[in-house]
Amino acid sequence: MRHKVAGWKLGRTTSHRRSLLRNLATSLIIEERIETTVPKAKALRPQVEKMITLGKRGDLSARRQASAYLMTREAVNKLFDTVGPRFGDREGGYLRIVRAGWQKGDGAEKAFIELLGSEKLQEEKRQKRAETRAKRAAETKKAMEEAEAQQQAAIEPPEGGEKKE
Amino acid sequence: MPNPKRRHSKARTGSRRAHDALTARSLSECPNCHERKLPHRACPKCGYYKGREVLEVKEAS
Repeated sequence: MRHKVAGWKLGRTTSHRRSLLRNLATSLIIEERIETTVPKAKALRPQVEKMITLGKRGDLSARRQASAYLMTREAVNKLFDTVGPRFGDREGGYLRIVRAGWQKGDGAEKAFIELLGSEKLQEEKRQKRAETRAKRAAETKKAMEEAEAQQQAAIEPPEGGEKKE
Repeated sequence: MPNPKRRHSKARTGSRRAHDALTARSLSECPNCHERKLPHRACPKCGYYKGREVLEVKEAS
């Protein structure tokens, strides 16, 4: 019988767990998608859904309740200005959890949890990441080429006397 | 300390282990790239789940 074992303890003390969930909830509201383990995602879901319900209520009392849970003002503002209104016509089920691979090290199953309707934002983020990556790759390549050129110069002293920047 | 009185035969060992077999994981086919993947999970090969849900998948380098 699986009576009276609802919820997730996550191997943490009450205060540790509360902090973890508050941090995760704050990050999720700001970033719209976070990657974590499956049990953490599942434990996080009801917390964030409650926050979004507060965001939909939108009055001062709701705002104070959200501020008491979320870690940053930025997250509260986003919750009430964009996230809450976005889910106006939806009765719960604001989040999506998709299992995606395993964690290196302990083999825990990873998942990402995201707000519904954040697909476009994720696409943009991915674009940005790809750009940064390409830029960084180009820089590394350039640095390597320069280092190689300097080495060449060191081997042949008569030509490589002056260093180029 | 209590000790075994008699040697175990191979047959006894074998018949004890008769029920220890592992079962293969049931796999489903990814509708996007037709690789076999675990059900209810994003496809590790192409990063798709339910139509889109793309993860970034590293190209072989």
